[in-house]
Formats: sequence, C-alpha cells, structure tokens
Amino acid sequence: MNQPTDNHWPLTEALESRESIRLAKSYGLFVNGQFIRSSGSKKYWTINPANEKRLSRITESTPKDVDRAVRAARNCYEKHWSRMKPSERGKYIYRIARLIQEQSRELAILETLDGGKPIRESRDIDIPLAAAHFFYYAGWADKLKYAFPNRNPRPLGVAAQVIPWNFPLLMAAWKIAPALACGNTVVLKPAETTSLTALKLAEIIQQADLPAGAVNIITGHGPVGQSLIQHPDVDKIAFTGSTHVGKSIQTALATSGKRSTLELGGKAANIIFADAPIDQAVEGVVNGIYFNQGHVCCAGSRLFVEESVYDQVIEKIKDRIDTLRVGEPLDKNTDIGAINSKKQLAIIDQYIELGTAEGAHLYQPDCPLPDSGFWCLPTMFTDVSQSNRISREEIFGPVLAVQTFRTVAEVIKKANNTRYGLSAGVWTNKGSKIFNMTSQLKAGVIWANTYNQFDPASPFGGYKESGFGREGGLHGLAAYLALK
Amino acid sequence: MAKTNKTRSAQLENQRLPVLKTYKMFIGGTFPRTESGRYYAPKVKGQSLGNFCLASRKDLRNSVVAARSAQPGWAARSGYNRSQILYRMAEMLEGRHGQMVDELRLQGATNRQAISEVNLSIERAVYYAGWCDKFQQVFSSVNPVASQHFNFSLLEPTGVVFHVASENQPLLGLVSLVLPIIASGNTVVCLASENKPMSAISLTEAIATSDVPAGVVNVLTGHLDELSAHFSSHLDINSIALNRFNSKQGNRTVRSIREQAVENLKRVKEYDQNWTPTNRQNPYLIADFCEVKTTWHPIEKISAAGSPY
Repeated sequence: MNQPTDNHWPLTEALESRESIRLAKSYGLFVNGQFIRSSGSKKYWTINPANEKRLSRITESTPKDVDRAVRAARNCYEKHWSRMKPSERGKYIYRIARLIQEQSRELAILETLDGGKPIRESRDIDIPLAAAHFFYYAGWADKLKYAFPNRNPRPLGVAAQVIPWNFPLLMAAWKIAPALACGNTVVLKPAETTSLTALKLAEIIQQADLPAGAVNIITGHGPVGQSLIQHPDVDKIAFTGSTHVGKSIQTALATSGKRSTLELGGKAANIIFADAPIDQAVEGVVNGIYFNQGHVCCAGSRLFVEESVYDQVIEKIKDRIDTLRVGEPLDKNTDIGAINSKKQLAIIDQYIELGTAEGAHLYQPDCPLPDSGFWCLPTMFTDVSQSNRISREEIFGPVLAVQTFRTVAEVIKKANNTRYGLSAGVWTNKGSKIFNMTSQLKAGVIWANTYNQFDPASPFGGYKESGFGREGGLHGLAAYLALK
Repeated sequence: MAKTNKTRSAQLENQRLPVLKTYKMFIGGTFPRTESGRYYAPKVKGQSLGNFCLASRKDLRNSVVAARSAQPGWAARSGYNRSQILYRMAEMLEGRHGQMVDELRLQGATNRQAISEVNLSIERAVYYAGWCDKFQQVFSSVNPVASQHFNFSLLEPTGVVFHVASENQPLLGLVSLVLPIIASGNTVVCLASENKPMSAISLTEAIATSDVPAGVVNVLTGHLDELSAHFSSHLDINSIALNRFNSKQGNRTVRSIREQAVENLKRVKEYDQNWTPTNRQNPYLIADFCEVKTTWHPIEKISAAGSPY
C-alpha cells in the first residue's frame, strides 16, 4: 500500500500509534455543560473510512434534544456569557486554545481515524490551526470597538452552527471561536461522519470550565441540523457545506429574515502563466487539488495552463502524481488518505466516469489500493472544455480538470465563468500581472504564487454562489455582531 | 401624453399654456418610455400626478444589461474620479433645488418637509462623494498571518444591485442608498417610489448631466408586485436593497423576494424607511454592497538566505 510502484523509493511503514487516544464506546450529547443522553434512543456507528471498522457510537439527536440545547444556550447567553466582562470571556477562550495545544496529538489521531485524512495534515494543519483560531479570537473579546469605528458592537444571541466533514475540528474552531469572543452562545452540529473531535472539543470546553451552556454540541444527520437552523429561538445561523444545502437553509430563513453566513462550494481556477516558476507552480497545483483528498471547498480543481508551457507542466504534474502515496492515513508518509465516506466516493467515481464520457482524457497513477476502505486515485483530466460538467460542478474529490489559454483576457474570462467565487490561484513571476489578475478574478481568496494557505487572521469566504460573510480576521467578527 | 397636474397649471393658466412633461424612465443613460406602452397615474389627495411608465419585465432586463455592461468600467475608475462625479451630482441637484421642492410638495409633502428632504439629499451627495476614495482605507486590512506571506484584504463592489426605493421619502430615500451603492463601483437599477415617482425621474435628469457614465444608475417606475418576482429571480443581479414594509402585504412581498433571491444567492439587505436621521449616512452602507477579497503572496526571506543586505 505504501509503496506505489517498484520504480520509486521504498519506504518503511511509519504508523502513528493509537495508544495515546481515549475513545469511548459511545457518546452522548454535550448540553448545558454536561454529556447527556438523548430523549430518543437512536445511535449510529462512526467508522474509520480507511478500513470500514467501527470506532464509536454517536447519538442521533431528536428535535427535543435540539430544543434543550438551544434553551441551554439561551439561558447561558442571558444570565452569564453576554453579561460577563469581555476580558474574562477572552480568558476562557484562551484556555480552550491552550487545552487544544496540549491534547493536539490525541486530536490529530482521532481526526485521521474518523475522517480519513493523512496524519501529516491533521497533525500539522488541522489541529494547530484550530488552536490558533481560538487563540486569535480570544484576544478580540475585549477589543471589539476598535474593529468597528463609530459603532457599538453588540452580540446577537444564540448562534446555530452546522459544519462539514472535511475539516471537522478546524471548522468547529472557525465557528465557535468568533461567536464566543463576540459574546454569543453556541449550538453546534458536526457532520454525521466526523463527530469525534467535536465531542473531544466538548470535553475540552468542560475542562476549561466555561459557563454551562455557552457551547452545546449535538450530533446526528441532516435533519438534526435542519431542526437546529429552524429553531425559533436561534438568532444567527452559520453554515459551511454544499451550495445545495446552503440554498435550502437560506430558503428556510426567508420568512424570518434571520442573519446568516454561508460558506459553500467552489470550483477554483488555478492559473499558470509561461513566466511562472514552473516547479513551484506544479507543487502548488498538486497541493491545491490533492490536499485532503480534494475534500476542500477552495480546492484548485480547474487548472489553466498557458499554451506554451502546457506539455512541460503536464509532464511534471504526471511525475508528481506518480510519486503520491495513497493509503493508510495514520502512516506519516501518506500523501492521500481515505475518501471520507462511501457516499462521497460514489459521487467522485460518477464524475470520473462522466469526465471520460464527456471526451476528456483521464490520467491516474498505477498504484495499488488497500482492499477495504474508501479510496480514490489522484486523477487528472486533460482536453477538458469549458462546458464539461467536470469543469463546472464541484466534485469534492482528488480530480483535476485542465484547460489551456493564450491571453490574459481569455483566462480571466474563463476563470470567472462559473457560478462559484470562493478562491483562485495565479502563478507568474511578473508583479504587475499578479495585481492585474488578483484584482480581476472574482473570488474571495486569491493565492498568488502559493495555494491553500489558511490563517486565523486572514478572512475567508466567497463571492457569488460560494456564499456570503467572512470567517477569520477582523472581518470575521462582523458575522457575530450587531453594529448599533 | 401626461395629464396636467392641476395645482401648478392653475397658477399659470392666466399667463400662458404650460408645457407638460412626459415622464420617462432612465436606462443606460437614455430616457426611454416603457417598451410595453403601459402607464399608471398615481394620485395624491385625489389628484393625478401624471402618467408614469409602468415598467415591464423587458424594461427590467434591459436595465440590468445596461447596469452590467457599465459596472466594470465604473469600478475601474479611481476613487478620486468617482468622488468628483458624486460631488458633481450634488452641484446639479443644488441647481434644481426649487424644482425638487415643488415636486415633493406636489407629492404630498409640506413646504418645510420638502425643503428639508432636498437639503438632506444634497448634503448626502457631498457626504458620499467624500467617501469614494476613503472607505477602502477604513475597511481594508493587512493581515498579520503566522507564515512568510504578505496578506491583505480589501473591499470590491458586489456588482449589480437592485434597489427598491423608499415609498415615503421619494428623493431622500432613493439617494440615501443609490449613493453608497455606487460609491464603491457598483451599478444600480432602482424601482422608484410607486406612489411618488416624480422626484426619482427628476433626479435622473440631474444624474444625466453629472458625468455619471451611462448605465451606472438606472431608474424604473412601476408596480413592485409586478416586478418583484422578476428582479428577485434575475441571475445577473448580485444584491437587492429593500426598505422594510409595515404591512402584511409588504411582508409577503419581502418573503417571496428573499425566497427567489436564493437561486443565485443574492445578498438581500433591508433598511428602515426613515432616512432623515444623520446616522443614516455612514460608510457601513458602502460596505454592505461590497465583497471582501483577501490576497496572499509569499515573502522571500532575504535575510535568512544570508544576503548581505
């Protein structure tokens, strides 16, 4: 599994030990500062997508549970959290950041076991960034007036937050940290396939001794999220996930007109000019689409290469794809882990079939895959046209669609010709060209001569159908405040 | 041909026969009548204001095309240039002060109310003229990321905005949103106050002589209920600016606008009807119609590489 072909260096297995983790056989719901049993009796198994083995039983919340969680959050908001001295609020959030850092090894292993992402990524990116997010927003708690000149920022109340399975703990941090810092209380629902690190975060919040009900975490499938978002006593809705679900949420909010932020899908253009540092660009392309198995809303899934360097770029990408290691996510050498779920794998496989059927040319490495678990080879389609579905629709898997261009005007038109607008990448050595491109591309995050960089101080979010509102940085505060 | 407004003509009929105005719309810098040939005659205290165009779906679509084609060019102008153009609007409005007051009175305002509304509207144009080249400095940021990157966020206009103007303050309500919407480089299609559309038309005549490029501001007159399904579902509109209604019927309209706006995730913004207080002018209204764009670029660590510099 860990040795793609005979032509490449053999690597010995480097499995991360599972000994340090504490995993309960079954988890309840985190409501009002305690782990409680559901009012119903439904539980389901969360599995390791790399071997389909059962990990733990997760509670399917009932509408009654949702109501209980919202009431706990409301109570805490009225009595404690919104009245607390902002600097004290900040100190609680600093505690969470520190506890995440202390328990980062355990969190990283759990994230990889439950979600299928390579341990290298959960260890070096997901968990440290989650801690950094809490640390960053903790400091804002008593400085909010400086962010909004001439305004008196007030918290909104109870925030209902629903997050996806691609960066489970990190997305929880993106949602919870700014909400708490601004004085709101939270009910969060993690994705059904990746609840473990959110429940671990609940334990951390308990250890940090936050006022009961400041953060509530309820688990389950889509309908749980739906009843949370439609609960009459929530004041603000924050959702990260697919554009399809985001739109149905926004439709449900039409009557109330409640405030919402949506961070939805993307189909980012990654653009390589002939004058780019080609080797760096190729690394950026590979990182852009194969990072986290392509389960990334801002993945650089459309590659545009200037014609004069097309052959060279494609050869180099093929070389890199051939050396990517697909397999056991807990192995520290692994580049591409398991696809998060059977359902997602089926979607990706459908698109790969579709790409060939539409006339694009498929490239995949020759690499054995494990017998059990959900796997997808890093995939590249060349000869793709602008109208192909693989270049228009979000696949959310390790599938790259390559097109070419000749002029700047042409590539801007092609890159912007999408209903999405979350992110984009540009590779060129010419400064003025970078500024021309970055100002003309219609996307919320633009990476120039880099890709897939994230930081708590940097606002993230989309144009057009990629959603609205920003998360991260000073601009991320606005989503959780009323500016009186 | 529009019927006379009798108050005014009565004053003048002893001297000469007044020339009556044909009320037109403002689309792409020109003054067409509606392609549908339809009209309506709103009444104030039982008296007709005249025949106004009853905009059709086709008129709406034409104005969105005009607004979309004008948008990149308008956004590409410097803040300084947009600033001068908005200031020019204030100059042109000042010159039409008397006309604007007369028309507000015809539409039911007292003399004092009318003067105050016109004065405030002109002040607002001066106020937002000043913001065109300044809001970016207030709302942008250089973000201190924990890696070797230069990272900054700035505001960009959302694109094409549809604005349903205030019903009660036909001039002040209109300019109080049009100005912050266009200050950042958006273009706008407005639906004038349904019952008091006269001031909006005269405003466009001032705009047409203010160096505002064709298509940046477009004004339709007509029925909200007839057009709301069309603008809220139009896929080339990025944002909708509404004034809150205090009626059941109004709330139903807003709800259906919100529902249909979901199709392409238009940003729907709602505001209170009363635009008189001075705190109703602020740069946050400019930011409401902007997107935050964040750009990353690596920094070469020259010193770490051992350079003598």
